[in-house]
Amino acid sequence: MKCKTRDEMAQRLAQDISDGAYVNLGIGIPELVTKYVPNGREFIYHTENGLLGMGPSPEEGKGDHELINAGKRQVTALPGAAYFHHADSFSMIRGGHLDLCVLGALQVASNGDLANWSTGVANAIPAVGGAMDLVAGVKSIYVLTQHCTKNGEPKLVDACTYPLTGCGVVNRIYTDLAVIEVTLKGFQLVELSDGVPYQYVQDRTGAPLLPIKE
Amino acid sequence: MIDKRVSSVAEAVADVFDGATVMIGGFGEAGSPIELIHALIDQGATNLTVVNNNTGSGEVGLAALIKAKRVANMICSYPRTSNSTVFPELYHNKEINLELVPQGTLAERIRAGGSGIPAFYTPTAVGTPLGEGKELRLFKGRNYVLEHGLTADFALIKGQTADQHGNIVYNKTARNFAPIMAMAGKVTISQAAQVVDLGELDPETIITPGIFVQRVVEVRNPALESTLVAAGETYP
Repeated sequence: MKCKTRDEMAQRLAQDISDGAYVNLGIGIPELVTKYVPNGREFIYHTENGLLGMGPSPEEGKGDHELINAGKRQVTALPGAAYFHHADSFSMIRGGHLDLCVLGALQVASNGDLANWSTGVANAIPAVGGAMDLVAGVKSIYVLTQHCTKNGEPKLVDACTYPLTGCGVVNRIYTDLAVIEVTLKGFQLVELSDGVPYQYVQDRTGAPLLPIKE
Repeated sequence: MIDKRVSSVAEAVADVFDGATVMIGGFGEAGSPIELIHALIDQGATNLTVVNNNTGSGEVGLAALIKAKRVANMICSYPRTSNSTVFPELYHNKEINLELVPQGTLAERIRAGGSGIPAFYTPTAVGTPLGEGKELRLFKGRNYVLEHGLTADFALIKGQTADQHGNIVYNKTARNFAPIMAMAGKVTISQAAQVVDLGELDPETIITPGIFVQRVVEVRNPALESTLVAAGETYP
């Protein structure tokens, strides 16, 4: 049995992005997607602070403090890039112009509800950024996450217990164990990682997992 | 002759009053008008409502304004940043109020405010804690929440190059909230690394037309928040 590494998860997801897609990548594992663009395809990356055509981090000492991504790290602008203000940037998001957003998750429910911005702990400082706009507006929402939390709790659940980011918004989930589609009937298994048994994944999923369609 | 240039950052912010709503441009350090913020700290206005995406870092710029207890209310989308300790402390001590707004809703509220639109419907935050208590309306089978436009007494922004009419161009992703805050501020004050003569900016490339800007002040080598924070500097 071979659970996927973070890089392998990102690589698997990248295979499902079509050529020419406009893509917004969340912070963390989703950023790894840029390393695995399949041959012959081109993706254009959007960062919500105001850049389309985002490129990789600059060489040491060659960056600009005012050319950053949503995670506030320095990036580059590729040939063909464009800068714009925040309302235009979120019109791209909220107006349904972006094809795909890849996000991390605290929990995903079998109806597609997503919780990824707050654990709801009293006293924690709430911070949401653009997550709620992205899930409400982008055409497809893919979640890229470990199947379970560090404590072994399922992240894929019957109903989210954490505060929601959006209702019924997730289309697909890519984990170290499997690829799962969110359907009207619930979690539909699409693919298992090499040698991972169905029951192993079901045991680690907090809601029924429909077997792969023959 | 229209000439919106003022000679110092102190003069630029001299009339900011206690209880004013102040929009401050910037996403993290990119586009943060640090010199204008420091001038506002020196000026002394207090009990402010500040609109910014974040809450600053270290103890310079916006974080220094918050640390000086000039900010009663913060309207922002992401008040957590690495190096941000000032806001969390005051928030936990209940010395500052937070209105948390999704980033796109924040941007749209500012644009709407600056465009004379009192409110609009958006699907963002429907069914979440940030949509609770807001008017819901169904359009074509989908739920939307009502969000209100935001305006401000003052907007402090940072441009790259400006002219005496207040036309502005920006540097890369430092543009972020500045063009829409310029629209939403009754008095918009821009610092710029360079203020050029009329005609030097190509009208085809101007991002913020001067009608949205009331004052321009040249700040030739603006400080960078991360540099100041790394050097352990604090303000004042």
